[in-house]
Amino acid sequence: MEALHVVSALLMFSGVFFMIAGALGIIRFPDFYTRLHAAGKCDTLGEVLIILGFMVYEGFSFLSVKLLFLSFFILLANPVGTHALIKAAYLTGVKMWKKEESR
Amino acid sequence: MEMLDVFLAVGILITVSILMTMYRVFRGPTTLDRLMATSVIGTKVVVLLVVIGYLFERPIFIDIPLTYAMLNFVGTLIVAKYIERGELWKPYT
Repeated sequence: MEALHVVSALLMFSGVFFMIAGALGIIRFPDFYTRLHAAGKCDTLGEVLIILGFMVYEGFSFLSVKLLFLSFFILLANPVGTHALIKAAYLTGVKMWKKEESR
Repeated sequence: MEMLDVFLAVGILITVSILMTMYRVFRGPTTLDRLMATSVIGTKVVVLLVVIGYLFERPIFIDIPLTYAMLNFVGTLIVAKYIERGELWKPYT
């Protein structure tokens, strides 16, 4: 394997680690808002890291520009969707979690 | 370890994280939990489609994840707006 392939494999595996950590947070957190916190940050970072790994593997070409557009769109669209969801939850009155309550 | 093995391992691990997120789809207490989990699964599937395109050595299929990302984003926004207001379009009074 070349050096650039090692760098792209490292980027991809770090992205997979962040995605699995986000999924674990979605399962384990007690509240809707905290679950959305886990889903909004970990997944965005993981997907952008994986696509960055593919860009390093591809080199400088037309496909790499398309992958850059895809990662930029994910980086722009995922927080907007998270914000819309949390605004809908707050306006319709989803209860927040207090420390004494059970999960 | 070839590069295709790395792609296969990354695809399998993304599938495992999708299956972990499916738990929240089946057993979410509110509707917004299920909507959030389906949105997260959609953005994971975008990356999974890129991985599958490189795994089958047809990386020109990158157009399909681009379109799917836009459709997933619009669907999430529309359903969140519908839950927030109770209707999609209100005429001027």
